[in-house]
Amino acid sequence: MIGRQRDENPAGIHLPLEPLPGHTSRGRLERVLRRGEFAVTTELNPPDSADPEDVYNRAKIFDGWVDAINAVDASGANCHMSSVGICALLTRMGYAPIMQIACRDKNRIAIQGDVLGGAAMGVANMLCLTGDGVQAGDQPGAKPVFDLDCMSLLETCRIMRDNGKFLSGRKLTTPPQLFLGAAINPFAPPIDFRPHRLGKKIAAGAQFVQSQYCFDVPMFRTYMQKVRDLGYTEKCFILVGVGPLASAKTAKWIRSNVPGIHIPDSVIKRLEGAQDQKKEGKQLCIDIINEVKEISGVSGVHVMAYRQEEYVAEIVDESGVLKGRQPWKREIRRDDQLVADRLDSILHDDITETQVDMVKTAH
Amino acid sequence: MSETIPAKDGQRVVQPVTQATLVKKAAPKSDYKPADVSPQRRVQRSFAVRLWSIRHSRLLEWFYAKFADMFLLLHPLWKGIGYGRVEGPIKFVEKRVKGFMFDCRMCGQCILSSTGMSCPMNCPKQLRNGPCGGVRANGNCEVEPDMPCVWVKAWEGSQNMVHSDRILTVQKPVDQSLRETSAWLRVTAQAATAREAAAAAKNETANTGASA
Repeated sequence: MIGRQRDENPAGIHLPLEPLPGHTSRGRLERVLRRGEFAVTTELNPPDSADPEDVYNRAKIFDGWVDAINAVDASGANCHMSSVGICALLTRMGYAPIMQIACRDKNRIAIQGDVLGGAAMGVANMLCLTGDGVQAGDQPGAKPVFDLDCMSLLETCRIMRDNGKFLSGRKLTTPPQLFLGAAINPFAPPIDFRPHRLGKKIAAGAQFVQSQYCFDVPMFRTYMQKVRDLGYTEKCFILVGVGPLASAKTAKWIRSNVPGIHIPDSVIKRLEGAQDQKKEGKQLCIDIINEVKEISGVSGVHVMAYRQEEYVAEIVDESGVLKGRQPWKREIRRDDQLVADRLDSILHDDITETQVDMVKTAH
Repeated sequence: MSETIPAKDGQRVVQPVTQATLVKKAAPKSDYKPADVSPQRRVQRSFAVRLWSIRHSRLLEWFYAKFADMFLLLHPLWKGIGYGRVEGPIKFVEKRVKGFMFDCRMCGQCILSSTGMSCPMNCPKQLRNGPCGGVRANGNCEVEPDMPCVWVKAWEGSQNMVHSDRILTVQKPVDQSLRETSAWLRVTAQAATAREAAAAAKNETANTGASA
């Protein structure tokens, strides 16, 4: 087929890709990472609505700039459209979603069901998280479940994929083909334990990890040094979390109210000193990307631009991390386009033709 | 405990003070900050004993090993009385001792020796494999800001211990059906079964060796 993009199933964009040797999933993200290309992922701001168009529109702004889109599972314990729902919509449109699974809201029965359901819809990547505490969200009165933790969740998914079994030992007729991810936070105490914790996650089944927002590059460099010494970079793809800060005020607010995000004083000073803080925040993000991409063992970036999603394309473009490569982009098929062009006049021009008129014009 | 509050008609009504009343009082309604709210914890006791146990993790590790051996020695006694029958009294003691020492939650599958003598079930997310990403810069919990993170302490405790690498093993999810059962007896019973199986296997090889 002419004009077909790389990493696309010729039979339809919504279908899984051909299985490749050494790949555990049939998704695009694993292919990109295993080819050694610098991957870019981002996060979709989940809508508070039941309209699929909201999801499509929010995904559209990333077209051609990212390799995979995270479908968050009630991040910050705030109620939104579920990650399963978002993934169902995104896979229909051919996108490569990363389905986040948080242990806060579901027990092992529900989670294993969702893993199968997600995989059946064509979700190739799953990110196993513990999830924020319910106190952080809009419904602090909810019951926190935390039946599994991120580690046992990873292991559960790995067992389902590799052994073709549920956690109970019951057999699956078709095991899910998954590329398993996890989250890391190198910036929170206990700092010495953090590299070992990555090791535990790899042992449990993590194949790629996305980090928390990185604003302190020297700290991250130290972490990566330790991770390289332990030999984990060969077993796991590390994607660094980055994102633009809207202003110095936002940065200060995040620092004091969102646990786990470490913002050094120098960053706040730099934002405060700027004329246009929003622009400076974006520039800071690009500078951080340019610094971290040079660190050995870093396989990509995860751009989290909450409520500034329109900046993702600019950030990726200006930082030049793709090196001219264009990730898969949703395109209308040529034949569909041809029909649409021909029919355009009929659909939109206001002509009422009767058969009598047609006979007259024919003569 | 009770408290007198003025009633509408001028008379004084005695109202019992419950834990919920204390919690409500301790939670300021005006500056409600969801990321920081922990009214329940604010009225609770200190963490002094728990932290003492973690500071003395090496001593407790040694003691626990001896204690487990002693329990195993008593296996004929437990078996004689019946494990089902001793469960009640042992659980009673275990719950109170471990409750005092470690703020034990009786998950029934104790992994204290792998977590630096810091009980992971005290983590609000009940993580059994390490800290979440939300640990505050001062090493306190994200959910309960006044409590030192269970896993920060676990890491400190484990580094003092002889088996400091045990914290690196991936723990299986909690089996909720073992809640409120004695971990001491279960471990002892398992160890005894393993010992018997090993002895049986040894006998068998000895027998086959003799016959051959």
